Amino acid sequence: MDFGFWISFFDSTLRSATPLLLACLAGLYSERSGVFDIGLEGKILASAFAGAAAGVLIGDAYIALFIAVMVSVFFALIHGVACITFRGNQIVSGVAINFLAAGLTAVIGNALFSMGGRTPQIPEDGRFREFPLFFADRLEGVPVIGPLADVLLNQPSFVYMAFLAVPFTWYVLFRTRFGLRLRAVGENPAAVDTAGISVIRLRYQAVICCGILCGLAGATLSMALNAGFVNNMSAGRGFIALAALIFAKWRPVQAMFACLLFGFLDASEARLQGRELWLVGEVPVQFIQALPYVLVVVLLAGFIGKARAPKAGGVAYVKER
Amino acid sequence: MNKQLPGWVDFGLLPILNLLTAFLIAGLVVVAIGENPLEAVGHILFGAFGYGEGIGYTIFYTTNFVFTGLAVAVAFHASQFNIGGEGQAYIGGLGVGLACLALDSTLPWWGILPFAMLGGALFGGIWGAIPGYLYAKRGAHVVITTIMFNFISFSLMVYVIVNFLKTPSNMAVQSRTFEQSAWLPKLTWLDGLVPGIAGSPANVSVLVALAACVFVYILIWRTKFGYEVRTFGANPEAARYAGISTTRVVVIVMAISGALAGLMALNPVMGEQNRVFLDIPQQAGFVGIAVALMGRSHPLWIIFAALLFGMLYQGGAELAFEMPSINRDMIVVIQGLVILFAGAMEFMFRPMVAKFFAGEAA
Repeated sequence: MDFGFWISFFDSTLRSATPLLLACLAGLYSERSGVFDIGLEGKILASAFAGAAAGVLIGDAYIALFIAVMVSVFFALIHGVACITFRGNQIVSGVAINFLAAGLTAVIGNALFSMGGRTPQIPEDGRFREFPLFFADRLEGVPVIGPLADVLLNQPSFVYMAFLAVPFTWYVLFRTRFGLRLRAVGENPAAVDTAGISVIRLRYQAVICCGILCGLAGATLSMALNAGFVNNMSAGRGFIALAALIFAKWRPVQAMFACLLFGFLDASEARLQGRELWLVGEVPVQFIQALPYVLVVVLLAGFIGKARAPKAGGVAYVKER
Repeated sequence: MNKQLPGWVDFGLLPILNLLTAFLIAGLVVVAIGENPLEAVGHILFGAFGYGEGIGYTIFYTTNFVFTGLAVAVAFHASQFNIGGEGQAYIGGLGVGLACLALDSTLPWWGILPFAMLGGALFGGIWGAIPGYLYAKRGAHVVITTIMFNFISFSLMVYVIVNFLKTPSNMAVQSRTFEQSAWLPKLTWLDGLVPGIAGSPANVSVLVALAACVFVYILIWRTKFGYEVRTFGANPEAARYAGISTTRVVVIVMAISGALAGLMALNPVMGEQNRVFLDIPQQAGFVGIAVALMGRSHPLWIIFAALLFGMLYQGGAELAFEMPSINRDMIVVIQGLVILFAGAMEFMFRPMVAKFFAGEAA
């Protein structure tokens, strides 16, 4: 395990963590406002497909990205209409969205491209390449710093975006009026309502924020980390993001560390296969795959700290008359 | 919103309206793809009921969905949302499979069946009871833990099959095939009535599924424990004041729910493939959610809802074959729409219908 090994390990960790982080922050907005969202997975999948399909058909990455985000927002609004306006069960609605996305992407993909649900490879103009920042290319020959700069400063723009979204979200949530209201509406909507602020409106805004970020997560998968869509591309990332959100106890900075941890686990999966580890011997791949889920169960059970969800989460607000 | 409506409106008209909306939108998707939805319905119906083998496959899928639908429904009665049917059925498959692998050279199928049922119910039940216990004792929400338990079960089963059950001579990730004497018999006695049904994987586990419906009905509506479950489901606080133990209700209900999901594995493991294999439930655990919502958590309606989805699953294969531009995932779309409109948006039409009835009265 030389230096190059660790550099590429670090690179994979960052790349795996990016869609997780975007989706995790998406869930953060929604759940902090009191709307539980287990439909992150579906929105990632739908937007990944929409971005790839638009990238292939239109060939303009930015238009495709816009379409991907819009599709995700559309699904987020279905969730909003079902559980904010019609006061339906948020879990049921989330489950429905996951099914709808899984089914529609496969059906529409098959109808459009007849490739069993896959899209063709996105042409160069329709996708996002690595976007070198500042002087990354000038450091190329320098030992140690060169490769490190390459990992940190030569990534698809989504990677920077995801990590910049962390301080941004923190600021919005804890230093703006909107954020205060958002957090309040997730804890005690009646109090927010009494203050003359519309609970419905706030929750819709939160759900739309969630849709936008999920759209970016999906686009990251199909347009930047890969160049095309394959069936069930999200592969449980929405649920891992949900796990990370709980792990972070619904806080943005902690969410970043949780996503980095899960990204690290994802990256180590391929690297640990068949390797003997110091003290423990060979670790089964399945164990590493299951680890994020096991960690969340252990956390939720209160064995390592206590995860407390927003108090009004999962309950539709009924204005008293 | 809270105005009383006649019973037939609440339990008949509204669900039907919701269901029609779901199918209408599914039809629109078919139109958008450029096919005729009525023709599509024709293919589905023919595929599901047009010939003996098709009917057999419909029964086969329906059997799965009855079990998983009951599993979700039982948990619903205690206001617990068990999304873990998929994982519980998968782990249950291990229980069924181990019973068959251990006994298949000594006992005939009817001798193994009780042990296989016990194995499936026990394994699935434990996999359901743990989230129940974590909720009752430690406050971990069942929805999240059961989702996590699904993923854990996927990894666990791969590990168990690869490391303990796989025969070295076989490349495929699966256990050895059971002795033929251990296979659940096909519905050959129906062959006179429905020619060709013996060629399908439909087997006697459908009778176990029907028995499970009766069991659930008696459990929920005819026993003291069922009363406790329904009381707890309607109002946990009131149940607690009445001396009903939260832990007891939630843990037992989740165990029964998991056990029902685990029993589902009888059908594919002992009745169809006759071995332990990867992805035993094949989404049936998730279909159970739609079935329970549509069946309003009542065993009788669950049979019909399961039949509808069994029909869609079998007919969907026919549809994909006849109309190549529509693939089998169309069923997943319909499933999502049913869950959306019969579940999440179940109150959508209520104000409109209530207004209509108020107009009638005035």
